[in-house]
Amino acid sequence: MNKIVNDFSITVGTKNGSGSSTANNTILRSIFKMGIPVSGKNLFPSNIQGLPTWYTIRVNKDGFIARKETSDIVIAINPDSFAKDLASVAPGGAFFYADDIRQPITRVDIAIYPMPIKAIVKADANIPADFRDLVGNMVYVGILAQMINIDMEAIRAALTFHFKGKQKPIDMNFNALKAGADWAAANLEKKDPFQLEKMNKTEGMIMADGNTAAAIGSVFGGIQFAAWYPITPASSLAEALNDYLPVLRKREDGKHTYAVIQAEDELAALGMAIGAGWSGLRSMTSTSGPGLSLMTEFAGLAYYAEVPVVVWDVQRIGPSTGLPTRTSQGDLTFTYTIGHGDSHSVILLPGDVYECFEFGWKSFDLAERLQTPVFVLSDLDMGMNQWISKPFQYPERPMDRGKVLWEKDLEELKGNWGRYLDKDGDAIPYRTIPGNKNPFSAYFTRGTGHDEYAKYTEDSDIYMKNMERLARKQQTAKQYVPAPVLHANKNATIGIIAYGSTENAIFEAQHQLETEHGIQSEFLRIRAVPFSKEVDAFIEKHDQIFVVEMNRDGQLQQILYIEYPQYAMKFKSVAYHDGLPAAAKWVREGILARYEKAGNGTQKKAAVKKTAAKAASKPKVKKAAVKKSAATSSPKGKSKSAVKSKRK
Amino acid sequence: MTETLPMAGAASNVNAVGLSKNDYRGAPSTLCQGCGHNSISNQIIAAMYEMSVMPEDVIKFSGIGCSSKSPTYFMNRSFGFNSLHGRMPSIATGALFGDARMKGIGVSGDGDSASIGMGQFKHAMRRNVNMVYIVENNGVYGLTKGQFSATAEKGLQLKKQGENPYMPVDICAEALISNATFVARSFAGNPKQVKEILKAAFAHKGIAVLDIISPCVTFNNQENAYHSYAWGKDHEEPLHEISYIAPRNEIMLEREMNEGEIREVSMHDGSVVILKNLEKGYDPTNRTLALQALEEARENNWLLTGLIYVNTSKPTLTDIYNLVDAPLNRLTQADLRPDRAMIDKVNALMF
Repeated sequence: MNKIVNDFSITVGTKNGSGSSTANNTILRSIFKMGIPVSGKNLFPSNIQGLPTWYTIRVNKDGFIARKETSDIVIAINPDSFAKDLASVAPGGAFFYADDIRQPITRVDIAIYPMPIKAIVKADANIPADFRDLVGNMVYVGILAQMINIDMEAIRAALTFHFKGKQKPIDMNFNALKAGADWAAANLEKKDPFQLEKMNKTEGMIMADGNTAAAIGSVFGGIQFAAWYPITPASSLAEALNDYLPVLRKREDGKHTYAVIQAEDELAALGMAIGAGWSGLRSMTSTSGPGLSLMTEFAGLAYYAEVPVVVWDVQRIGPSTGLPTRTSQGDLTFTYTIGHGDSHSVILLPGDVYECFEFGWKSFDLAERLQTPVFVLSDLDMGMNQWISKPFQYPERPMDRGKVLWEKDLEELKGNWGRYLDKDGDAIPYRTIPGNKNPFSAYFTRGTGHDEYAKYTEDSDIYMKNMERLARKQQTAKQYVPAPVLHANKNATIGIIAYGSTENAIFEAQHQLETEHGIQSEFLRIRAVPFSKEVDAFIEKHDQIFVVEMNRDGQLQQILYIEYPQYAMKFKSVAYHDGLPAAAKWVREGILARYEKAGNGTQKKAAVKKTAAKAASKPKVKKAAVKKSAATSSPKGKSKSAVKSKRK
Repeated sequence: MTETLPMAGAASNVNAVGLSKNDYRGAPSTLCQGCGHNSISNQIIAAMYEMSVMPEDVIKFSGIGCSSKSPTYFMNRSFGFNSLHGRMPSIATGALFGDARMKGIGVSGDGDSASIGMGQFKHAMRRNVNMVYIVENNGVYGLTKGQFSATAEKGLQLKKQGENPYMPVDICAEALISNATFVARSFAGNPKQVKEILKAAFAHKGIAVLDIISPCVTFNNQENAYHSYAWGKDHEEPLHEISYIAPRNEIMLEREMNEGEIREVSMHDGSVVILKNLEKGYDPTNRTLALQALEEARENNWLLTGLIYVNTSKPTLTDIYNLVDAPLNRLTQADLRPDRAMIDKVNALMF
């Protein structure tokens, strides 16, 4: 039989609340430990116990680890989803099932493996009756491990990590797993082609979820205050703050340099965070779409009163309560002008777990520099699933606390300052902070009309002047926000613009477009709104630009229409909204459906050529390097050299 | 007769921190002439002056409404945050973490706290946020020109609204049941009591709720208006203790009330509020008695005034968080960013 090595997908169908996540994470981590590029996506219902849930694993030696829409290996543990699970196996695939499920198996095009999980667990006298179901999950891991060759030492490492080194649960789970493996060795004949072999492609990498990474990044950003309200899929971000702050900010005197408050609702959560940001603390909240809706009024206040605060939105699919446990990029246009009246938001768009960490600390610098709310739009896939990542790196520059005047500054100014006075011409005023003892330090903050000295006014000219300044401040923001990442390709005939967690799917789609359809592409991953000039250059350069995103209406495309009306005809929306982590299939098919053969490059004017030439002079990352970065799911080698930081 | 407002205090006088009363003043009020809120602002100025509080040690807060405008009208040298409708508590909760040595003075109204902001109001109580929380209570929405508030009594008539069909919210009872550590009620026309309660509230560590009945001269002036009970109308004669106050003048008590005294006070329209001072020997540290007293007052249509409840043994919100001694907002990168070595430790914690 042909062997297919390190290139397949596994889906486990279980019941929610059955404790299978330990088992599934063990598979994922073991494969990672074997040095093979891998991803794991939990596709779970909004339910605590009983409803079907799936865990899908993608193994790919070339690093294409976006979710695959077909399943080569399916493990069926849940009778309720058995028929669906059986039908989902790709032809030539393998089907493992718990043999106490008595349902008809009609397919002959796949390998079928019954698993006597209950019998194996029962045979182990060391497993207490209460633990049988839980540990039973390890039996299918053991059988799978035997059949596809998962390394036992890698498994032991994964269990040791999961149980934090506690020997008893490690042994109990490992023994059950081993019993499964032994049974399979003695009783199953290999009838499918799927095999794992060790590689060295994950060396030096870590595995983490984006919410944890965001929390850790925030801690390294000097977070002092967080207020939050529980909501899937954002809760684990705030919970991770509670986990890591006491470890990373431990002091000898046992006192705290921070406070985390679980608020009564999202309104109060952002209200508290704004209060703290106003009084000089590095302050944040974390939520998801429904919470962000509630925060809207406060977001407008922070924008207009110019209060620094960071708002993480771990996006799930809406509208309304939507599909609470499914991923989405559906909050972009909402955030773009959040609040009533005219407003512009500064938005960061992390593309992977590493950037969740990085934007964790950078968002505070930006919020305090710009004196405005900074929204970080993550999503459920990044936030809650374990991703391979390059290790977190210590912030490369000191904290930027922005323009703050303390007592001695005011003495020098002889009290001559105005809270909303644009002294430097960059539209960013100076602020003072409560606790400043200078008698000229105080001002009255309000969401009502105010003049340059923060005094109440309804004067039309003063109102307009202030609003014009706020618009200019958004222009200033362009030089501070993270530049996009360009995956350059000088033979490209089309451009792709995307953001967030779709990157792996796009890498794979690019590869398929090139190898199967002869279409070469260049990919710009946007990391912030407002758009910096690298985005201008990319849009000027390409005639056809596919805007790939996970929502119905093409929200980034809508924003591009607004920001680049002169290029509106270039944009082609590839928007998809199934609530599942991005897959190459819809990216590829979406691009092909709207692709126009080259030859209509009439827009290429001299100015555009100049930009293209300039772009071409930048160091390019070869295709291989892009593949490598895909393989490791990290920004390492992701054309970092082509991204010039715009910071001073 | 009307008591003189303490506007023209002797400017040459300075208090223990060397400040004159002028150092505690704010911008001129833009509220209606005769509004009880102005009297409360003046008592805040007087109390802070007399207590020799440094204005820089106070943060003013408010929500939205007539009452919430008033922090502009006192203590210019204090930072202030005029927030959103009903959201003063959350802003104050976060802001007071910046420098936990500072004390908040919040001014809200019955619309701001008892309607749109009821949730945040009650959660500020249970968290024991370190602030004086004043509800300038007039039973009506002034700034939107005369709608019922949630503290308006059932049966109240307003010109455009007709009759209020709902039972009222009792600010003090809500505060008490939400575990507030200081609950008091007063009447804007009783400036001495307002000032004394303000001083006690400011000295209290934790949340101090002051429900101050503050009649609206403009919109709650209908026949049978604000806390105007039929019983009161029928008994106008004994109102000898209160002189007739022409409309658009502030209603002031002629003399202070004794402990346990019940007194009827005419509103601008001639209707009556019945004030009941707490009895001599009343123990404000007993929560059960406090609830009982409020219930008894409700049954009798009294507005119970005085210090209803106090508990000095509960930690404030910032106490609970065991913060460093220095104000959080003075900390620098050295305090806030973990050492470089910690990044390796963190990576080692990941798989």
